[in-house]
Amino acid sequence: MSQEVESWDADLNTAPEPYVLRLYITGVSVNSVRALTNIKHICETHLAGRYSLDIIDVYQQKDSAEQAQIIALPLLIKVLPLPVRRLIGDLSNTELVLNALGLS
Amino acid sequence: MTQDTGGKAATPLTPLPKSPTGINGLDEITGGGLPKGRPTLVCGSAGCGKTLLSIEFVVRGALEFGEPGVFMAFEEKGDELTTNVASLGFDLADLQARKLLKIDHVHIDRSEIEETGEYDLEGLFIRLGYAIDSIGAKRVVLDTIENLFSGLSNMAVLRAELRRLFTWLKDKGVTTIITGEKGDGTLTRQGLEEYVSDCVILLDHRVANQISTRMMRIIKYRGSTHGTNEYPFLIDKDGISVLPVTSLTLDHPVSSERITSGISSLDKMLDNKGFFRGSSILVSGTAGTGKSSIAATFANATCLRNERCLYFAFEESPQQIVRNMQSIGLDLQRHVDKGLLQFHAARPTLNGLEMHLVAIYKLVKETKPALVILDPITNLITVGSVSEVKSMLIRLIDFLQGQQVTVMFTALTLTTVINEQTDEGVSSLVDAWLLVRDIENNGERNRGLYVMKSRGMKHSNQVREFVITDHGLELIDVYLGAEGVLTGSARVAQQLQEATGVALRDHAVSRKDREIERKRTVLESKIASLKEEFESVQDELNKSYVEEDLRKEILEKNREQMTRTRHDE
Repeated sequence: MSQEVESWDADLNTAPEPYVLRLYITGVSVNSVRALTNIKHICETHLAGRYSLDIIDVYQQKDSAEQAQIIALPLLIKVLPLPVRRLIGDLSNTELVLNALGLS
Repeated sequence: MTQDTGGKAATPLTPLPKSPTGINGLDEITGGGLPKGRPTLVCGSAGCGKTLLSIEFVVRGALEFGEPGVFMAFEEKGDELTTNVASLGFDLADLQARKLLKIDHVHIDRSEIEETGEYDLEGLFIRLGYAIDSIGAKRVVLDTIENLFSGLSNMAVLRAELRRLFTWLKDKGVTTIITGEKGDGTLTRQGLEEYVSDCVILLDHRVANQISTRMMRIIKYRGSTHGTNEYPFLIDKDGISVLPVTSLTLDHPVSSERITSGISSLDKMLDNKGFFRGSSILVSGTAGTGKSSIAATFANATCLRNERCLYFAFEESPQQIVRNMQSIGLDLQRHVDKGLLQFHAARPTLNGLEMHLVAIYKLVKETKPALVILDPITNLITVGSVSEVKSMLIRLIDFLQGQQVTVMFTALTLTTVINEQTDEGVSSLVDAWLLVRDIENNGERNRGLYVMKSRGMKHSNQVREFVITDHGLELIDVYLGAEGVLTGSARVAQQLQEATGVALRDHAVSRKDREIERKRTVLESKIASLKEEFESVQDELNKSYVEEDLRKEILEKNREQMTRTRHDE
């Protein structure tokens, strides 16, 4: 039993899951641009090659606001790996972002 | 001077445009509705009806005024809301399908959210704007926007964004209701009243003596006059009803038509015509004096004229009243069957006083009766103080008189002494006051009825004995004698005694007559004997006269004889 668990853990560590991220922004507002820059930097640094990042401009897709329960923007949703996390703000607090994404 | 000329501007003044809510009574106290195109804050503690008021505003707007609405729910989910208001007959699903309503549930959970830097609430704006544009909404409800404060922690951003939101809503020209939970010492927990300055409505749900009363007050309404009092309101199957109860102007129309009380002998006491239509009548008396019977008789008479009667029973159930009145020959059931007589029975403790008033008000508006009976008002004292009951009755009388509805109250007096005032102090308010009083004498109780007052008509000042018979109520003249007012068997005994007296007197008279007759006979016989005596005396006297004559004649004869003989010699 304990061996199995160990190998499971090892699997997890050796084969990291792909990250599915979704960033909701509002056009080219200051916060949006900053958030975009920040998340790109974080992804390139910590998740290089194993992430997908959708960028949605809520101005362009207004119905997405209700579907995704959006109130505060910019909003980053970590769809995978579970659990789903919602990060609001310009993602300037890197430590918090890494924590929330489970990358610390 | 300058102010005067300034006030008389040449351009016509346009009053503040208003959005009617369609809620019973609310449009009356706000003078037409909520400020159009502006936000209104509805605040109050939990369970006071904020959500219901706002949903009714949106639904009625969509159905009655052709103004679609957006309901943004921060507390309840859309389907929960739909279920909750289904009991009021609001079909939110149908309204949504017809694009008259859009419900958007905003879900915020702090545990799911990480704040990682600067943000704003642009998402909310986009979402709301999209909802408004998708159905062309004219009305918006944000229920309860304060929930944002529990989901997000950056107060500075939230406050700035809320201020922006309200300005934005004004620019959009939508009439908005924002609800807010009552805070400690402030109207709302987060001080929303700072942002919404056009109209603030406070709802209150208070419990006194275990009885709840809902109250509404318009704290401010910029640019408009409004009722400033606390108005009770009711939530029932038709939604919210507010009762504007303070228009105490005493300028209601009066009728000089007279209506019968149903008791012909009572009508006789009232100038032979009965009560005025639209007047208020108080029947007071001690327990078991027949107050309800008088009221039921009056109701019966009203129904017989094919007029509607609304009977509020606070002590008995309708079935009980119908059964009991059969014993005095009143068939109320046929009036109930015809729909002329409507009972509304409830214990006073069911509601607060104001709620009773609202319920009465609503039923009167619905059924438009000619007569309203409250039987008895005394029981209302259990749910309010004397002054509260009095103020409620004043407003009720004013309302009913404004509608030309006759009203009869019954009131129980607790003391046997005739009070100058009834216990509820309403005797000064009513137009006519009948007092039914127990008169205890000879080991029995009898009822005496007085007309204590009756405005605007000549009325009897006498006490009548009030008798309840198998075929109805009757008033009988009481016996007033040296021994005071006699009623019941004492009256009957007195009447018997009088009859005996007559017989005795008759007897006495006839005896005296015979005595006189006898006396006359005696006298007459006496007279006869005296006459006989007189005749015998007369005879005696006559006898001497005759003897004298005879002697004289004989002497004459003798002398002639002697003379002749002498000559012959």
